[in-house]
Amino acid sequence: MGEPIVTRPSAAFEAPPAPGILGPALTLAKRELVRFLRQRNRVASALLQPIVIFVLFGSALNGSFKAPSGSDTHYFEYLFPGTIAMILMFTAIFSTISIIEDRREGFLQSVLVAPSPRLSMVLGKLLGGTALAFFQALIFLIAGYFFIIPMTPMALLASCGMMVLIAFALCGLGFIIAWRMDSTQGFHAIMMLFLMPMLMLSGAFFPAQGAPAWLSATMHANPLYYGLAGLRHTIYGANPPWELPNFQLSLGISIAFALATVAGSVAISGTRTTGDLQ
Amino acid sequence: MQSTPVVSVESLSHKYGERLALDNLSFTAGAGEIFGLLGPNGGGKTTTFRILSTLIRPTSGKVTIFGFDLLTQPREVQRRIGVVFQSPSLDKKLTAYENLDHQGRLYGLSGSVLKDRITYLLDRVKLSDRAHEYVEAFSGGMRRRVELAKGLLHGPKLLLLDEPSTGLDPGARRDMWQYLRELSASEGVTSLLTTHYMEEAAQCSRIAILNSGKLVAMGPPDELRATIGGDVISIQSPQPADLQRSIVEQFSLAVELVDGTVRVETPKGHEWVAKLGGAFPGLIDSMTISKPTLDDVFIKKTGHKFWVESEPDTTAKDKKRGKKS
Repeated sequence: MGEPIVTRPSAAFEAPPAPGILGPALTLAKRELVRFLRQRNRVASALLQPIVIFVLFGSALNGSFKAPSGSDTHYFEYLFPGTIAMILMFTAIFSTISIIEDRREGFLQSVLVAPSPRLSMVLGKLLGGTALAFFQALIFLIAGYFFIIPMTPMALLASCGMMVLIAFALCGLGFIIAWRMDSTQGFHAIMMLFLMPMLMLSGAFFPAQGAPAWLSATMHANPLYYGLAGLRHTIYGANPPWELPNFQLSLGISIAFALATVAGSVAISGTRTTGDLQ
Repeated sequence: MQSTPVVSVESLSHKYGERLALDNLSFTAGAGEIFGLLGPNGGGKTTTFRILSTLIRPTSGKVTIFGFDLLTQPREVQRRIGVVFQSPSLDKKLTAYENLDHQGRLYGLSGSVLKDRITYLLDRVKLSDRAHEYVEAFSGGMRRRVELAKGLLHGPKLLLLDEPSTGLDPGARRDMWQYLRELSASEGVTSLLTTHYMEEAAQCSRIAILNSGKLVAMGPPDELRATIGGDVISIQSPQPADLQRSIVEQFSLAVELVDGTVRVETPKGHEWVAKLGGAFPGLIDSMTISKPTLDDVFIKKTGHKFWVESEPDTTAKDKKRGKKS
């Protein structure tokens, strides 16, 4: 009689060491990526949508756009960083919809009773969503390098950093919204009511100058406005052709925004909704 | 000599908003026990499961697992328990292997240790040949088996199972129970499960019967059945109240009326069947005699049948309507 094919592991199986933060976070983030790549229609729409918007908006509004005096930038150039912000916004927020799906499918309950720290659960979702958002925006950034604005290697690198920061903050925001929701319809409602205006008023599609005072003031209170300003700074390196809040301020506010949404995510992840009780 | 209990629950109460789901529940479970929480749906056993598995925090009471306080040291508890939910908890877009790999990492496993455990458990639940297929292609019974493997992956000494037989065919059910008994005998693993199946509860080493959030009876199934003094005669009658009165008058037996059925508990039941049948021919539609079951224990303790829910509490509802939101 031969050896059994599968033998029992050592009988003295002690409880494994308590998981750290990174291990669980990485496996959760990896899952996000694997799931995305296995759904072809998500991949396709993610690549095509921003291109469609960019081409449509750009062509339609190019004629009406008044460049700041002294420069001859056309609308496509203005819209380029704005489209990156749009990609980051949509993918980051949509990645957090997966929380609601996980809850409905029952997957979340296993994560909630595991000994992983809450921070690792939050980081897993955020890192996964940030990676997805970043890579899609990166494709667009590189396309822009060839067609819109030639950027120095330093500018490309700095822009990548800015994109990661913005994506991370937006994922955190999406997490806070999605955590207490039981249905994706509710999430879509919040998207329309709150997040779309946030994108509209970030300077992605039109500058703050030339807008009525009340609109401009609202834009200056929007953290994404500063995130996008920071991105414009990194893309242009030295002298952006538009009036923008200075780089230090933009960077500072964006970092603060990211820290705030991560802290908020960790805090809210300690609560439960009725959807968790299946 | 009493060894330290693995699970110790003291005066556990829990409310969902206004509704009291658990009322001052206390019990303990020791190493190697297969402990069953038996009760009708809505009776509090799922709430108990959720609290013990750390899914929710109780509104009051104390729970100690392996000596760790559930409220102050939840992480220590979580490392040492395995949880098998009733509702599915797998990612259908991942393979069985990936689901287990993911779970293992959430519990701190990695590398070859994790790989060995996954291989071992998939073999144990007889899914080795389907390890790299997407779970969405699995049948309900197969998915449950993956869930069982998932709960056992990190080698916990306490296994919490919520209605574990759900979705399992009798063969798979038998396999699961055999595995639980093996774990208990060879590794001293304690299993604590919730169930509403009497036959399943009867296989436990000890059970606690819950009704409306309260502990109604506790002990090994044999001992509980022995509290019924003798056989149980159930009589369906066109006039149950009359029959009850007549039996008491004529024979001085203890007779109960439970949900329209006349019940007599007495030794030598077969003799009494003849006597009662002869004495009240017109008042008897049907008569059954049986050895006591857990169902009878439940009826004795609560005064109603297992599957007849008690009247909804209308006072609570009225209060809620008048309450300002």
